[in-house]
Parts: sequence; C-alpha cells; structure tokens
Amino acid sequence: MAIFLNENSKVIVQGMTGSEGTKHTKRMLKAGTNIVGGVNPRKAGQKVDFDGNVLPVFATVSEAMEATGADVTVIFVPPKFAKAAVFEAIDAGIGLAVVITEGIPVHDSAAFWAHAVAGGNKTRIVGPNCPGVISPGKSNAGIIPADITGPGKIGLVSKSGTLTYQMMYELRDFGFSSCVGIGGDPVIGTTHIDALQAFQDDPETAAVVMIGEIGGDAEERAAEYIKANITKPVVGYVAGFTAPEGKTMGHAGAIVSGSSGTAAAKKEALEAAGVKVGKTPSETAALMREIMKSLG
Amino acid sequence: MDLYEYQAKELFAAHGVPVLPGTVATTPEEARAAAEKLGQTVVVKAQVKTGGRGKAGGVKLAENPDETRAKAEAILGMDIKGHTVHRVLVTTASDIAEEYYFSFLLDRANRTFLAMASVEGGMEIEEVAATKPEALAKVPIDPLAGVDLAKAKEIVAAAKFPAEVAEAVAEVIVKLWDVFVGEDATLVEVNPLVRDPENKIVALDGKVTLDDNARFRHPGHADLVDERAEDPLEARAKAKDLNYVKLDGQVGIIGNGAGLVMSTLDVVAYAGEKHGGVKPANFLDIGGGASAEVMANGLEIILSDPDVRSVFVNVFGGITACDAVANGIVQALGILGGEATKPLVVRLDGNNVEEGRRILAEANHPLVTVVDTMDNAADKAAELAAAGV
Repeated sequence: MAIFLNENSKVIVQGMTGSEGTKHTKRMLKAGTNIVGGVNPRKAGQKVDFDGNVLPVFATVSEAMEATGADVTVIFVPPKFAKAAVFEAIDAGIGLAVVITEGIPVHDSAAFWAHAVAGGNKTRIVGPNCPGVISPGKSNAGIIPADITGPGKIGLVSKSGTLTYQMMYELRDFGFSSCVGIGGDPVIGTTHIDALQAFQDDPETAAVVMIGEIGGDAEERAAEYIKANITKPVVGYVAGFTAPEGKTMGHAGAIVSGSSGTAAAKKEALEAAGVKVGKTPSETAALMREIMKSLG
Repeated sequence: MDLYEYQAKELFAAHGVPVLPGTVATTPEEARAAAEKLGQTVVVKAQVKTGGRGKAGGVKLAENPDETRAKAEAILGMDIKGHTVHRVLVTTASDIAEEYYFSFLLDRANRTFLAMASVEGGMEIEEVAATKPEALAKVPIDPLAGVDLAKAKEIVAAAKFPAEVAEAVAEVIVKLWDVFVGEDATLVEVNPLVRDPENKIVALDGKVTLDDNARFRHPGHADLVDERAEDPLEARAKAKDLNYVKLDGQVGIIGNGAGLVMSTLDVVAYAGEKHGGVKPANFLDIGGGASAEVMANGLEIILSDPDVRSVFVNVFGGITACDAVANGIVQALGILGGEATKPLVVRLDGNNVEEGRRILAEANHPLVTVVDTMDNAADKAAELAAAGV
C-alpha cells in the first residue's frame, strides 16, 4: 500500500508535449510510472515516442480516461492555462490531479478549488506549485527524483520540494511508503491534514515526517488534528525561523504577516500536540531514525 | 506586492469606488501646488507601506498652500517604522459623520475569499476583532459566484450598517469586489470607509495587495513597483530574475528551492551562535535550473554585498545534477575573476554528487571549500564569516 498513488495507477500528463512535460514524462517513465497518454487539444491523435515508449495524445482528459482508464493526471501546463486544465480534470472526474505548475494566480487556484468542492470533491488536487507524489518502487507522479531512496515505512508530507528530497536522502536507508509535496502556494488542494489522515489509514506507513514552513496557519491546524486523530508517531520540521516579517521567501505563501505565520508559533503548536520537532533537517531525520528503531 | 495608498486609490477610482480628489507629491513645492489646485483645506498624508502613520505624525491637516508646504516638508523624509517617506498624498479634507471598516481578502485556511465589515471603523481592525468580535462581520465569498448587489446587501446586513446608507454601502462593496477580482488582488481594505454629512460613502484610505503571479494579465501593474523603496541589491537581483531577499547578516546564501534555502538560513543562524553571532546575509533561491549563468548572477549579487564575509552554496541535486551545479560554480568564478574575493563553502548532495565533487576538487579554486553535510558546511561558513569580520 501507499497513499494516493500506487503500482496500479494509470497516469496521463496534461502538457506532455511541452518542454517541462516532455522532460518529466521521460523521467516518470524511467521511474516505472505507468503513463498511458497525454493531453493536448492541438496535438490530439498524434503519438509521441519517449525513448521507445510510444504514448498517444488525446484532445481532452475525458477522452484519455475513456481510452486508457487513466485515474491520475499530472499537470505541467503554463500558469496562463492552468486554471482551464484543472477545471477540465475536475469535470472529467479523474481521481487525482497533481498540479506541478508554479506561478498560478491565487484567484485561479481559489476558483478551481471552489469548482472541485462544488463537484463533491471527486478529484483530489495536489498542489499547485508542488513536486508531486511518489510512492517509491510503485509510481511517481511529478518531479520528485525517483532514485533518492526506495520503498519503506515512513510517510512524508511537505510544503517544500527540495526539503522533501533532502529528507528522503537523510532517511534513505529506511525508505518511504509515499512522499507528498503539497506545495507552498497560499491556496492548495491537499493539505498536511489530508496526507496525515491518509498515512494514518495506510497499513504500510509506520510513522510520518511533516515538513512545514512560514506563512498561514496550516501547521497549527495540523497540530490540532494530530492531537485528536493521529496515533502514529509524527516528527515535524518547520523552515523559516530567520525569515523577516513581510517578505515573501520564494514560495508565494511563505510570508510572515505581522505576528502570524511564524516558524516559532508553528513549532510550538506542533510540540504542544506531542510532535517532536527538529531544529534542522538532520536533527529531524535523527528523531525519525530513533522512532523507526524503536518500532523495530 | 503591497501598494501605497495613492496607488490603491487610483485603482479604486478606475473601478468607480468613490475617493476624494488628491495629488501625490515628492517635494514640499509640489505639495503646495497640489493644495493650491484643490483650493481648500487639505490633508497631507505620508505614503508608506505600514500602518500607524497618524500616530507617527505622518498625517497632518493644512488650511492653505503655505501650510501644506510646511507640513509636507516636515513629513517628507520622516522615518515611520523603518520606512522612509518619499511621497505625500495631498487630498481634500472631508467632513466625517461616521467611520466604517471594509475589506476583501484571501482566507487561506478555508481556501476561499472573505468579506469583513464593521461599523466600528477608524481604529485598528485587529483591535476590533480582539475586543469586540461581534462588531466584525465575516462573510465567506464563493470565488465562482463573486459579489453582486444581493451578496453585497447580505454583507451590509451582517455588519448592521445603518439603514440610510445600506444601499450606498452595498453599491461601493460591489465596486470594491471589481477591484479585488479585476486587479487580481489578495487584499482590498478600506479603513476608514466614511459616511459624510450628506450620507455619501467615500473610501478615505486604501490598502491593496496585488498577486505577483497574476502579472501576466496586468501589464500595467509593473508600473506600480516602487524601485526607490527597494533595497538596491534586491532591485538588481529582480532585474536578473533572481529570487533574492536582503537580510542583515554576514553569510551569503545560495541554494535551490525555497524550503531548502529557508532551512539553510536557519541552520546558518544556529551555527553562527557558536561563531560570534554571525547571521545569514540574504535569501537566494536559484531554483531548479541552476545554470552557470544563474549561478554567476547569484554569486555576483551576493559578493557585491559589502556585509558578506563568506558564502554558503547549498544545493541538493534533484532535477539539476550536481555536476551541472559544480560546473556552474567553476564557470561563475571564472566569469567573476578578481571580483570574487570571499571564501565559498559548497555542499552538494543528490543527483550525480560524486561527479560534482570531483569537478570542484579538480578545479581546486583557492576560495572554494567543499564540505559533506549541510550542518558542517553551515558551521564552516559561519566560522569563515566570523574570522573575516
């Protein structure tokens, strides 16, 4: 088992023929992802050869689903067209839409989130501005490097891409059930809480690393949720203790506004919920190491 | 991007939100001329992107043009919470019968928009929220449905605006929604929204935050950037498309990915505690690409910061392979030549790390030290910065 994505997932790529889409389709295929096609209305009917894997291009997500039985879409389309692409995925009723695109206006993300809610949340949205989801050894939907580590019993949920890679690397000898990059934008689909609950329900996940950063109060809400609902051990890390107030630190959502959204407040909330929080990525990994050893 | 009051009001006016006539001035003489044109008692308002201008003495009434000139002279150049006043807004003084509060904002927690309104305007809204929460109406807005007159009336009713202005306030709310959506704002705040003795509603102040990600559909927003108020290094970095924030420490930081760079700042600050209290000098995320050119641009900005004593390059090779990053560093140092004078501590991990380390070892640049782990590299960079002070 794993969460959100497994060896049976059939993946399509929206924006497969663009430069990012092409590059990462190749990488996902190499990682063993079962990619069954792409979507581009202007290139519908064509076939694209990815190092010997010949994939069909469909006009719409619905057509691709009908023809291939796809249940996951990875979206690489540019910010200008991302809203329409996500609406299309939702309207087609696909189970999981992983939105990699960075730089989507927040009015557009708020709109597609509202559209997903209005449709009864049939489509799980991960992202936008995220590295995607990997279930090592099974499938990889997004841009997380597949060769950092293999399958194991740790679950990981993170706002940051490179910190995800760093943590996977630090704990590479244990391996991961699934790693979910939820993205650093102000409005995201899947939250820390959603991933935590999924890991709680996943029999193959023994413990969870949760990585947060400054901005918003998602970590504080996750802390409350953990206290009430999560029985598996959770180790936390929060980036941005030295971030100044009022400055956006790379991610659109990473900003301390007045006294809210600080790393210190998030750490405090997590610790109050019984989560061990590392001061650095390496200390966080060491905390998880101890837990995994004690679990045997 | 946060806007100045005068910029916010220009957007308001463009969308039909009632504002008072005013002119922005950068010199006392311009302020005097503006007052002369308005021909009545004016208010001279410091234009800074922070609250509490009134308390700081940045908002003054002036009866005539000469007084306006004097007031502007006193306010221009003033420091308000670390912000230097470069401009004043000269605007007509208004008769105020009542002050209200109104805003549209992004509600991150609920992933939707929110209207907030109160008839207890004029004071800090955080204070109203804390002391009299029942006086602050919060109405969620469906991003797909937006705000029409009916929805605006619902907000007006929730905030209990007086009956004689309910209709007028609702009409202004619809126009403020036009600003919020039409300009891709994440915040539109009016405090105070006032009722004058004739029951006319006017936005007396304005605070707007625009979404930088939406710049592609608002080419005009680029003109709203105030290069004068920007840190010169930040402005140069922006011109080169670098994600850079100037901080006040001595260890220059370059990394890939926003989270890893934030984490690097923290780790350096912890390491600095053992080395004379040195701190990170900046945030710089060179992103996934990390070509030689981007690395050179980044290094050039950081090395030209006179506060920087050492540089820590912290890269986890995910999509970018470490050999490409190593080549980038070597080429960047080649491009910079004699301009590169400060020690560089490099930590590489991930994709093709052995090749990356081999390239750096082979180049054997006298300024470069390669360290295996993020913690040890941060310690080394802090040590070098402390030694260089």
